[in-house]
Amino acid sequence: MELIFEKSRAGRRAVSLEPLDVPEAPLSTEFCRTAALPLPEVGELDVVRHFTLLSRLNFGVDSHFYPLGSCTMKYNPKVSELVAALPGFAALHPHLSTAKVYEPVCQGALELVFETERMLAEIGGMKAGCLQPMAGAHGELAGVLLIAAYHRDKGNTHKRTILIPDSAHGTNPATAAMAGFEVREIPSTAAGTMDFDKLVEALDDTVAGVMMTCPNTHGLFEPKVHEVAERAHAVDALLYYDGANLNAIVGKCRPGDLGFDVMHFNLHKTFATPHGMGGPGSGAIAVGERLLPYLPGPKVVKGPDGYTLEAIPKSMGRMAAFFGNFLIAVRAYAFLRHYGGDGLASVGENAVLNANYMFARLRGAYQAAFEGNCMHECVLSASRQADKGVHALDIAKALLDRGFHAPTIYFPMTVRECLMIEPTETESKETMDFFCDAMLEIARLVDEDPNALHAAPVTMPVSRLDEVRAAKNLNCACLT
Amino acid sequence: MNPESLRYTMDHEWVGEQNGLCVVGITDYAQEQLGDVTYVELPKIGQRLKRGEEAAVVESVKAASDVYAPLSGEVAEINEQVENETDLVNRDPYGRGWFFKLKKYDAVEYAELMTYTAYRAFCQGR
Ligand SMILES: Cc1ncc(COP(=O)(O)O)c(C=O)c1O
Repeated sequence: MELIFEKSRAGRRAVSLEPLDVPEAPLSTEFCRTAALPLPEVGELDVVRHFTLLSRLNFGVDSHFYPLGSCTMKYNPKVSELVAALPGFAALHPHLSTAKVYEPVCQGALELVFETERMLAEIGGMKAGCLQPMAGAHGELAGVLLIAAYHRDKGNTHKRTILIPDSAHGTNPATAAMAGFEVREIPSTAAGTMDFDKLVEALDDTVAGVMMTCPNTHGLFEPKVHEVAERAHAVDALLYYDGANLNAIVGKCRPGDLGFDVMHFNLHKTFATPHGMGGPGSGAIAVGERLLPYLPGPKVVKGPDGYTLEAIPKSMGRMAAFFGNFLIAVRAYAFLRHYGGDGLASVGENAVLNANYMFARLRGAYQAAFEGNCMHECVLSASRQADKGVHALDIAKALLDRGFHAPTIYFPMTVRECLMIEPTETESKETMDFFCDAMLEIARLVDEDPNALHAAPVTMPVSRLDEVRAAKNLNCACLT
Repeated sequence: MNPESLRYTMDHEWVGEQNGLCVVGITDYAQEQLGDVTYVELPKIGQRLKRGEEAAVVESVKAASDVYAPLSGEVAEINEQVENETDLVNRDPYGRGWFFKLKKYDAVEYAELMTYTAYRAFCQGR
C-alpha cells in the first residue's frame, strides 16, 4: 500500500478556505518556520480512501481470533461501549470531582467509582479497591509502593528485598526495582511452579514482599500458595497478587482468601475493556486489612446525603489524576453488572475449558511444556520443530497467513521455543478448531516444506519484518 | 577459544583462563535461545564483582537477560567491539563475542564451575 505522502501531488487540496480576512499579528521570527511543513497534498477522496483501506488492514478481536497468551484478548461487548458513550459519562468534566460544591452534579459518576471499587474488592476477597492505576504495570507499581508505605510506617527499614518467581512477567521485577527494592528471583521446578524450598530459603527477615501470579505464566495454579502466604506473613513480608491471569479463577477463588494482601486487576483483560491499540488500560488495585490505611486517595464514600470524597490520612498519595481511566471503569462496571456473580464464575470455567480443549488437540504435534492440565492458557514448546530448523517465530508468522493472530512466543522465557495460547471464554469450538487445524497443518509442513514456513507471511500487507534492524536503528521520524 | 577447554555456569556463561585473566562470555546455547542480539551492556573496568552478581546485560529481539559474574574478580578488560557489533555474540560466541575479562579472580570458584561435558549434559536435560 502506498503511503499517503506518496499519493501527494503538488497543489492538490481537500478543502479550499476563503481568503483570510483577519489581519496578521506580528510574531517573533524565532517562532516562525523557515520552510513549509512537508505535509501530503491530497484530495478529500484520497484521504478517505487511504484511511478506509488502512482500517481494513486492522487485525483485532472484532475481526480475528487473537489467542495471545497472558493477554486475555477476549471480545469486548458492544453494550459496554454504548454505556461508556452516554453523554453523562463521556462529557463529564473530571474537575467536577474536585470541589464539594460540584458533588451534587456528579453523583452518578461517584456512585460508579464507589460500586466498581466495591465489586472489585469483593471479587478479590479484599477490603477496598482503587481505580487510579492506568495499566497492569502501573497497578503493580502502586501495590509495591503500598508495601513500601506499610514497612515505612512500621519502621521496617531492614526490609529491602522482594522475591519474584522466574516465570513472572517482566513488569514484576521492573516495578519492584522502580520502587527501590532489591529483586531476588526464585526458580521454577520442572513441574512449572515456584520452587517452594528455594522460596523458604530466601525468605529471611530482609524480605518486604513476595510477588506471585496465580495461575502463573505457565498457565498453572501455584499449589503451595497458602503456605507461601503463611511463611511470608511469619516474617512480616506481604504478598502481591499479579491479577493479569485472574480470568482463570474469577468468580471461583479469591486472592484475598488465599492470603494475598494486595492485587491488581487488568480491567482490559478479565473485565473485557478495550486492549492494546484500542486502550487505554486500567490496572485497578485492591488491598486487604494490612494495607487499607495506605491506599491512594481520596476515596469515594457513601454517606446519608450521597457520595462524597474523603481524604485517607496515611495514604501513599495519588497514582493518577482523578480516578484513572474513568471511561474504562464505566465499561468494566457495565460488564460486571451484565454478567453478575454467576456469570463471572462461568467466565473462569469456560476460559479453562477452552484452553484445555486446545491443549488436548495440540499436545501431540507440539511438545507440552508441562505435565497435566492447564488453567486458562496452555504452554507448548516448538523444540521438536526447532531441531528441524523451524522456530516458534516461523510458526507465528505462518499463522498470520492463515488468518489468526499469533500466540505469545518466547514468553515465558523459562520455556524453550515457547508458544503460549490463550483462547479466552469468548471463542467458539469452531474457531478453536480452525486454529488447531492450522497449527497441525503447520506441524506437517515442518517435515514436508519448511521453506514455505520460513517465507511466511506472504498474505500480509508487509512481509517478514527485520526485527534486528527495527531494534537497532529505530527511526522515529516524528521526533526529528 | 575451544569450548571443550572452557568452564560453564548454569546461567549459560562460559569462562576461560588466558594469560592470567579469566575471559567471560555467553554460550552458544544461550545465544541460540536469545536469538539475534541487539544490545550489550558491559561492566566498567575496575569494577569488583562477586560471584553471581549482575555483570552485564544482553538484549535480543526476544528477551532481555542479565549476565552474571561466573566467579568473583575485578574487571580488567571489556570487549567494546561487541557493544557496537552485537551480532558477534551470535556469530562467534566463544571468540570475538566475549564480554569481559577478570583479574584477581578466585581460583577455587573457577574449579567449581562445570566442565564442558557436565555443561553439555546440563543443556540436554532442558
Ligand atoms: C502476567 C502479567 N503481569 C502483568 C502484566 C502487565 O499488564 P499491563 O500490560 O496492563 O501493564 C501483564 C501484561 O501483559 C501480564 O501478562
